[in-house]
Parts: sequence; C-alpha cells; structure tokens
Amino acid sequence: MSQNAEKVIDHEMLFREPEYVEMFKNKKENFEFAFPVSKMEEIRDWTKTKEYQDLNFAREGLTVNPAKACQPLGAVFAAVGFAKTLPFVHGSQGCVAYYRSHFSRHFKEPTSCVSSSMTEDAAVFGGLNNMVDGLANAFNMYKPDMIAVSTTCMAEVIGDDLGSFIRTSKQKGSVAEEYDVPYAHTPAFVGSHITGYDNALKGVLTHFWDGKERTPNESINFIGGFDGNVVGNMPEIRRILNLFGAEYTVVCDPSDVWNTPTDGEFRMYDGGTTKDEVKQALNAKATLSFQGFSTEKTAKYIAEKGQEVVSLYHPMGVAGTDQLLMEISRLTGKPIPEALERERGCLMDAIADSSAHIHGKKFALYGDPDLMLGMTAFLLELGAEPVHVLSTNGGEDWAEKVQALFDASPFGAGCHVYPKKDLWHMRSLLFTEPVDLLIGNTYGKYLERDCGVPLVRMGFPIFDRHHHHRFPIWGYEGSLRVMVAILDEIFEALDANTIDTAKTDYSYDIIR
Amino acid sequence: MSLTVEETKVRNKELIDEVLKAYPEKSAKRRAKHLSVHEEGKSDCDVKSNIKSLPGVMTIRGCAYAGSKGVVWGPIKDMIHISHGPVGCGQYSWASRRNYYIGTTGIDSFGTMQFTSDFQEKDIVFGGDKKLEKIMDEIQVLFPLNKGITVQSECPIGLIGDDIEAVSKKKSKEYGGKTIVPVRCEGFRGVSQSLGHHIANDAVRDWVFEKADPDKNKFEATPYDVAIIGDYNIGGDAWSSRILLEEMGLRVIAQWSGDGTIAELENTPKAKLNVLHCYRSMNYISRYMEEKYNIPWVEYNFFGPSKIEASLREIASHFDDKIKEGAERVIAKYKALTDAVIAKYRPRLEGKTVMLFVGGLRPRHVIGAYEDLGMNVVGTGYEFGHNDDYQRTTHYVKDGTLIYDDVTGYEFEKFVEKIQPDLVGSGIKEKYVFQKMGVPFRQMHSWDYSGPYHGYDGFAIFARDMDMAINSPVWALTKAPWKK
Repeated sequence: MSQNAEKVIDHEMLFREPEYVEMFKNKKENFEFAFPVSKMEEIRDWTKTKEYQDLNFAREGLTVNPAKACQPLGAVFAAVGFAKTLPFVHGSQGCVAYYRSHFSRHFKEPTSCVSSSMTEDAAVFGGLNNMVDGLANAFNMYKPDMIAVSTTCMAEVIGDDLGSFIRTSKQKGSVAEEYDVPYAHTPAFVGSHITGYDNALKGVLTHFWDGKERTPNESINFIGGFDGNVVGNMPEIRRILNLFGAEYTVVCDPSDVWNTPTDGEFRMYDGGTTKDEVKQALNAKATLSFQGFSTEKTAKYIAEKGQEVVSLYHPMGVAGTDQLLMEISRLTGKPIPEALERERGCLMDAIADSSAHIHGKKFALYGDPDLMLGMTAFLLELGAEPVHVLSTNGGEDWAEKVQALFDASPFGAGCHVYPKKDLWHMRSLLFTEPVDLLIGNTYGKYLERDCGVPLVRMGFPIFDRHHHHRFPIWGYEGSLRVMVAILDEIFEALDANTIDTAKTDYSYDIIR
Repeated sequence: MSLTVEETKVRNKELIDEVLKAYPEKSAKRRAKHLSVHEEGKSDCDVKSNIKSLPGVMTIRGCAYAGSKGVVWGPIKDMIHISHGPVGCGQYSWASRRNYYIGTTGIDSFGTMQFTSDFQEKDIVFGGDKKLEKIMDEIQVLFPLNKGITVQSECPIGLIGDDIEAVSKKKSKEYGGKTIVPVRCEGFRGVSQSLGHHIANDAVRDWVFEKADPDKNKFEATPYDVAIIGDYNIGGDAWSSRILLEEMGLRVIAQWSGDGTIAELENTPKAKLNVLHCYRSMNYISRYMEEKYNIPWVEYNFFGPSKIEASLREIASHFDDKIKEGAERVIAKYKALTDAVIAKYRPRLEGKTVMLFVGGLRPRHVIGAYEDLGMNVVGTGYEFGHNDDYQRTTHYVKDGTLIYDDVTGYEFEKFVEKIQPDLVGSGIKEKYVFQKMGVPFRQMHSWDYSGPYHGYDGFAIFARDMDMAINSPVWALTKAPWKK
C-alpha cells in the first residue's frame, strides 16, 4: 500500500507504485487484447515518415485535432464585451454549457450566458416559444441592460428567423418594445469562432447604427477581435491610446468581466462598452481593428457607414507596433509620445541583447490567422525562421499574406504556410522537417510530447498554464513579454539537454 | 449559531419562496416543483426531475452528445470516436473529463484526440453520409490500429436526415466486420446529458453485444469474474477501485468505460456480477445484461471508508467465503490508512457544512465521505437526476436538507449566499462564481485537477483536498481589513 496520510500522493505518483503497475500489466495482458508492442512501435515509426505525411495530407474528409472552435463561442465572446449585456444563445442548451466551461477554463473566471434550451419539440415546430419564454426569463432573472442573441447549428438548420422571433417576443411582452436585443445568425458549420465574433459584433453595431446618420468627430474606435489575451491586452492598448491623449472608444471590451476581484462579491457584469459608447462610436472619424480576419464583416459595415477603417493583423513586434503607433498618430493628428519611443528603444535593446539565442532557430506555429501573422512578422524580425505556419481557420487569402511576410525576409526563404490544416498535419511536418520550438495553444502539448519539441503557449485556449491571459502580447511591452517567453523555453531546453553530470554538463552554464 | 432541524426547515422553505419571486409567474410555478426541503421518512425528495429546463435561465445542464461522447463512449480508448457534425462539440469536450488511460495516443489509443467531420455548409445542404464514408476510409489508412469507430451525432445529423446506420453497416462489412457504432446522441434530444447515457447504452447493446463474435477474445472464465460498470476513471478513480476488488480476490474482466477497450465491452457478458458505480449513466445496460445474460448487478459506493466498507461487504455477499474473507482482509488492511487520514483531517473539518450540485451519482454518493470527516451536507441536487435518483438520495440526506433539481445559476447563488456553507462542490461553470463570493469550492465532477477520489487511496486525496479548499488562508484574506 502506497498511500500515506502524512504525505498524500496524487494520481501523478500514486499510479507509478508497483501494485498499480502490476495491475495495469494484468489488465492489458488478459483483457484488453491489444496489439503487441512491436506492432504498435512499427506503426508509430511509420507515422513519422514522409510516406505517412503524404497520406495524411491527402485527407479530404477527416479533421484531427483542429485548432479552431465554432461560431457561437465567438459570438458569446463579443456579447460579453458590452456593459451589463447577457449573451443569449438560441438553440440546444448543451452548447452554452460548453462555451461557459471553455471560457472559464481559459480565463479562470465565471462566464454568464443563457440558452433557449431547444429540444425535440422545437426541432419540429421551431424555437419561437423558447425565444418568447427565454427572453422573459433571462430579463427577469438577470436584469441585463441588453440581451445579445446568437444561434447554434440546430437553430440554423431548422431555419429559425431571429429578427422575426425577437419582434414577436416583444409583441408578446417578453421584453419592452424599446429594449435592446441585438442579434446575429452564427451557424457553427460556417467559419470558426472568429467568424462568430465578427457576426455578433456587427449585429450589435447594426442594431444601434442602422438608420442613423453620422456626425463625424475627432474620436477613433478601437476593436480588439477575438483575443485570448484580452485581459492583458485591453489595458495595454488603453495605456497606449492614453499616452497619445487620443479620444477613443473601445468597441467590445470583455477585459473587466473576465478579470473580477475575489473580495466577497460575485459580479455578473463588470466593465464593457456601454450602449451610449456604441451609439457615439458611429460618429468616430475612424476605426482601428487589430485583427482583420476576426472583423472582416464588421470592418466592411463600418466603412460603409463612412468611417475610415484600418485593419492591422494582430500587431506584434517592432514593425507591427511601429505601424500601429503611426496609424494612431495619423488618425488623431497627435505626435507619437516620447514615452512610447523610449519603450521602443528598450525593446530594441532587449532584442539586441538576446537575439543571438533566437537567430536562425526554426519555429512551427499554429493558431488563429491574425495571431499567426503577428507572430510570423515578429519571429522574422528576431532572425528566426517560422518554418511551418499553420492555421485551421485561415484560408488562401490568409496564406498569401503570410507568404508575403516570408518573401520580404531572408529568413522566410525555407518557410511554408499551411491554410485549413489541423494539428495532425502539423505532427507529420514536425517529424519530417523538425524545428526547435513550437508556438501554439494548450493542445500543442501532445505535439510537444510526440515530437520532442518545446512548446511556447500562445493563443486560445490555454488551459494548463495559469494567468497568461492577464499579460499583454501587443505593443512594445507585449512583444517583450512574448520574446521572454520564447527565450525561457530556449534556455529550459538548453538546460535540459546539458544536465547530465559528468557527461554533458560542461555546457550547463550559469551565464547566458 | 446552529439551527435546529425545525428551524432549518423553516429557513429553507422561506428561501425557496424568496428565490421564486424573481421569476415570471409561469416560470416560478414550474421551478417550484424542483425545489424542496427533505422530510425524513418520505420515499423521495419531493422534487420533479428529468424535465426540460426553462429557456433563458442559466441551467448547468449539458446535452445528449455530452452524455454519450463526453461520458460513456469517449473513454473507450482503442476506438476512434468521430464527433460527427460541426467542429465545436468535439473541441469543447476534448480531453476535458480527465478520463485517464494507458496507451500510445495516436497509434493504438485515441482518448485525448479530437476527431471531427467538421461540417461545412455544403454538408448540411447535401448531407454528410458520403463524407462520413470517406472519413472512415481515411481513419483506416491513417490509424490502422484502431479497434473500432463510433459516430457521435451532433445536432444537425438528425435534423438533415443522414443515415449514419447505413454508412456504419456498409463500412463495417467492407472492413471485415469491424465494430462501427452509430450513436444518435444529437444534442437536442431529451432534456439533458442523461438521455445521451441511455442512447449510448442502447448503442452498446445493439452494435456491440448483438454483433460481437464470441470467438474473438478468448479467455478462461472464473467464478470470480466481475465487471466495473459506470466508472469513468476521472483522475484514476476506476484504478483505485479496481485494485480493491482484485485484492479481495475478484477478477475484473472489464472496466466501463474509463481506461476501457472494445474487448472489455465484449467480454462483459461473461461476468458473474456487474458492479455498478454510476447508476444514472449505466443502469440501463446493467438491467439489459441481467435480462439477457442473467448477470446480476449490484450498486456500490466507493467514496469514504464507511461506504467503501459497506460496499465491499455487499459485493462479497454475492460470492463464497473466500471472497467474503477477502473483503474483510481488504477492510482491515486499509484501516490504518483511513484512521490516520481521519485523525489528521477530521479535527480541521469537523462541523463544516457543504452544499453540492453535481451530476450522476455524486449528489448522494459523496455525502458519506464528508460525514466520515465530520462534515454535514446541508443542500444537494442533481443536474440530470431522475426520480429513482431522488429515491436513493433519501438514504443519504438528513431531515431538513435543501433539495434543488436542475438548479439555475440564480437560485444556487441565492441559496449559497443565505446558507453560507463552508464549502460548495459543483462544476467549472460554478467554481469561480462562488470563489469570488469568498466561498471555498471544489469541482466535484472532475476533482478539480486532482484525484482519484474513489477507494481508500482516493479517500486520502479527497480529505486532503477538502482541507486544502476550506482551510486555505486565502479565504480569511478576501476582504480587505479596512472593510471589515
């Protein structure tokens, strides 16, 4: 017996004890009828070959370990960014349980969201009654200022019409006629979570802006896109805009509600863009979107309303941040503050100190299309080679933009971009063309293990490391943090590789 | 200040009346049937259950897909489970239940992978059967050591009328009789994940038992063969349970479904007794095996020494003296450990109160473990329980316990605010709500990131974790001193 009251051991150590090891052996030998180890090894080796890679890339139907989620998740993210707004998902209820769990696991925060709980009867007769009752219940229970409605694939397949359902619900008294219920159709079988973010955000703007005339002012709007680091990034971008003394509105800001204190009170709503701010945002002279692929339709709509729209693809690194600051300066007519210029110099200083350790290193990265553009640009600046850049929800137009980054740098020469591919494709790439480091979300840990390549956690979701979302990855300060994360992994790998006493530890250096 | 039973009942009834006031009239009427105060001697907890949740409230429930793929089928490690439909469902349930297994992932085991048909608009318009066929062919090429395939239907599959049964039959034949199981667990079916468990059990009956080749897995039966039914090996629960059964002289020929294999499912009809932990999710298949193969089944509870001891004896009572002695030997062997655990942790936990809201069997099964540590469960309820669960709950709860079926976020917050328990045990969606309120919390679906909690080895971890949660210094510091 190995368990001990004095030092209780968890699963991590408990199941290594001899009695358990023996038990596993018996189970396997007597009851599992598994393939022999030799067969397993043979197949494992085969999966590392170019032959397997070709078969793997010939896949047309199957998706294995995709790096994307579905539209409604992004719609909930967008809804959460508005003040006192309750996300309401029209469809079957299990989906909402999943979105809430997913966000809670990433942010380690509560996520409030309701469903219209459609079941078989709604599948046959439509979900109108669910909408009528659901809006009434949600309004009475949770007292939101606004209910932002989106859909699941179920509601989309049966063809429920949100606009008319919401009108009918108001006529039946679920909420007052003038109560704000913006909506968006967000079918899970189109696009990904970033599409849902885009649709839902556009839904909110349309609700407040349609039929309204613009009276242009000097303010600018800022839209952050679906961003796993939102809690750290939003304050950082506000800090930058404040240093400029810019007049601005952040449109959609979930950074407070996913960052509430533990002080004895549960805040169901906190922060976020107010209705007045959204209404006023129509009059801004321009809108700055940080994630072009995350805001395609929204940006188009805003441009149609007469504003200049500047889409920057997740600006990271020196040139990315330079471009951001120059755009802010151009749009506001204000000079770039000295404090930011100094930050730039400090980032340059840090890069000069450290780039020797990154220079020429090969990287593989995967994630949302905008993040991949930002990360690729920064890695090229650091003298690294982003050999495999992969996205499950990035298409050909995205691939062209990544290719353009490769083409503009000598370090991009041997690099390839992989649109619409998944992490099982990435596994093949990592075996046939190995790299030094992998950058991606938590699910990359399986690749880290299979392929023996250290993982720098970046993107969404990150479940197995804590508090990354609290720190920015944008701007000079954010870029510094990203670089430190990369350096830490490189040094960790170097230490691990030189740690054997009297064997390899001549390189186990104290000064680096 | 502790209340008498009668005072508690009055307080709890007032509390129920109070929360119902927030609802529109029609909804208040419906919710009233799900909230109750337990009266000793009653045959159930006097709540309606397994009824559709109200639209627009924050229900904690999931869906049939979650019940089938997430709970029952997903942990079968040597099969590939296709999340058939759009990308989301598979993505959100990817490795999130911590069903531990031993195997080479991606080669002969697939438990922590996400296989999906990633439906696009054209699949909705033209149907997904052709794509499903292609997917199965690709699986055969890329994952040649898979022992079978299941098709876990997401919402659109049933709505667009795909014939996944025909595809499964056709492909099974083409691959020489490989087990391919279509599962109609679309998320809109039923009122919670509970129907998904039932559908998954029926799929085992129809597509595994009915089709299993009796000559495929040959092993010599013994009089002591049992199968563990309804343990999902969260944090290794099934392992810390299995070891006790084996130590008492039984032979576990199958584990359902944590760390399970298709061979074990096929072996199960040879068992002499099915031992059932999660009644809610697997009573169906246990009843079926009783009718069809004459295998009796017995419920057991491996949370906390009192219940483990009673359960070991109950299981042993179905066997001869050798096993009965074995049970006594196991109980005696672990006595020193449990005594030491209780001696260490009981003084820190004595008199502390707990409110639970979980799924499956836990709203009742864990009560004994808390009581072994001197704690009292003052409120409990099921996410997706049925009336038979609430009947069984009467054996566990005390007179006056607050009962809440399919509790809504609003109700749960109000109840906890008023009752101020020392610990809340529920899931990830609830965890941070209560921690913000300054109330210690443990995830009782997944043991947070800890475990196992089953068996004697698990009880030590359970006790340690409850102490860690309740007695963490953080809770004394949440309010700034100048605010006190």
